[in-house]
Amino acid sequence: MFDYIVRRLLMTIPVVFGVITLTFFLIHFVPGDPVDVMMGEQASTIDKDALRKELGLDQPLLTQYKNYLINLSQLNLGKSFLNKRAVESEIAVRIPATVELAFAAVFLAMLIGIPLGVIAAINHYKLPDHFVSIFGLLGMSLPGFWTGPMMILIFSIYLDLLPVSGRGDFSYTILPAVCLGLSLSAILMRMTRASMLEVIKEDYIRTAVSKGVSKGMVYFKHALRNALMPVITIVGLQFGALLTGTVITETIFDWPGIGSLFFEAIQQRNYPVVQGCVLFISLTYVFVNLLTDLAYAAVNPKVRLS
Amino acid sequence: MKRHVLLYLGGSIILLTALLALLAPLIATHDPNLMQLDLRYAAPSSDHFFGLDQNGSDVFSKMVYGARISFYVAISVVTICLAIGLVLGSIAGYYGGKIDHTLMRFIDMLYSFPGFLLAIALVSVLGPSIHNLILAMCVTGWASYARLIRGEVLHLKTKEYIQSAIALGSKDARIIVLHIWPNLVGPIVVQCTFSMAGTILAESSLSFLGLGAPPTDPTWGALLNSGRKILIEAPHVSVFPGLAIVLLVLGFNIFGDGLRDLLDPKKN
Repeated sequence: MFDYIVRRLLMTIPVVFGVITLTFFLIHFVPGDPVDVMMGEQASTIDKDALRKELGLDQPLLTQYKNYLINLSQLNLGKSFLNKRAVESEIAVRIPATVELAFAAVFLAMLIGIPLGVIAAINHYKLPDHFVSIFGLLGMSLPGFWTGPMMILIFSIYLDLLPVSGRGDFSYTILPAVCLGLSLSAILMRMTRASMLEVIKEDYIRTAVSKGVSKGMVYFKHALRNALMPVITIVGLQFGALLTGTVITETIFDWPGIGSLFFEAIQQRNYPVVQGCVLFISLTYVFVNLLTDLAYAAVNPKVRLS
Repeated sequence: MKRHVLLYLGGSIILLTALLALLAPLIATHDPNLMQLDLRYAAPSSDHFFGLDQNGSDVFSKMVYGARISFYVAISVVTICLAIGLVLGSIAGYYGGKIDHTLMRFIDMLYSFPGFLLAIALVSVLGPSIHNLILAMCVTGWASYARLIRGEVLHLKTKEYIQSAIALGSKDARIIVLHIWPNLVGPIVVQCTFSMAGTILAESSLSFLGLGAPPTDPTWGALLNSGRKILIEAPHVSVFPGLAIVLLVLGFNIFGDGLRDLLDPKKN
């Protein structure tokens, strides 16, 4: 296991380095002079030169890259153009909201997806299976940027049951969490169904049934425990996609997290914040993938031996 | 027929939407950019099937033209990604060794990066336009094709007819193009179908965030974005474009499912 952890950590180094390099070059992708784009063509040359110097854009590219790495190692992501606050503290303030939303969405997706997957598998090719499969296809095809406004329209405007937007008590979390977790619940449902269908064919399940163990016990204790392995992996791997999904969900529901900070920064052409958000979300994605792999290896000897 | 119901259903939805897009000038009831400010927010009627938006433009006509953009972006992205993936995946799978190892590690790296986030960031710095959108989606999109094709080529390379062609002294390029590629059609078509669904969703998401086509080009995502701001006054501006996206994505997803079942020898 130790060897596997070391190997996996070593594999992460070039990825992290790649992410850092890519986010560095992001600001250099801006066609023309980034300073022109940021300040507008009307700004005076003196102001532009000052900003260019402040950003270090007057130095050779390699020097800029070296400075970027040094600043990064000191957790210095630069300053927001808008309020001159440090980007790292802008991000830090938003982390709790995004974490709350992401966990609520994953919890909800598991709560819906896993039981539905089990129901579909034990009723294979019967009516409940068809209904659940339709839900799966629909869930995967429903975009959050449409379900969000539709849920606001139905549950907040027409029925007046839940708040429209913002962050507050539990009732504020429901709609954004459903919006964000819906497609994950469909993916988990399909995965649980497929995995359960494999497991319930196994000899030990047939043995348990022939020994007279109750159906509920066989399905939920014997089969589901084994079927959940790939499902848990999917939760880990999809967590990254979920983080990206927060950009849209948080924008729709005015949720004060990193996703909405990222979107605001794009609209304001606040590049240091854009850069910081991309770096933060990507590194979280890499880190969650790493944890998923390690957790998977911890419980599955085949992975760490291969 | 009953066995392939998904295939027919999905295929019909795709075909119908493609026809709408192709025949947009004939089907659209109004000029999509025509503004009738006195009729702003008007609800659906026999004259305006899906009502009017905040500028008094006909939502149905905008959607019909929007279908063209969705198809154009999706087909472009899928074709470019497939072309890159086919060449790189075939080379990696056929030659193996260092080329394969390097490419696979690079793909692993791309997989570790959230593609949609990169697309948002790229379009935001390059500026919103359809071509920047396509470019941004292709940057990471080709990786899944390369990985799939490399796996298939590795498997096909061990087949006797390929080994015979090698023994007979056929050139590598000839073996890859004439003997290997025709056998990749099945898995590639399934992958392309699911990719079309994913690309349409990604394009709409980016347009929704204001990072798609310019405002003069009506995209479904942009329509939804403008509809979100007038949800109380004119809910129809959000409802219909969203339904169109769901229906088309669902069409591609069920067509892909049906195609996979059809091509799966275990199920036949």
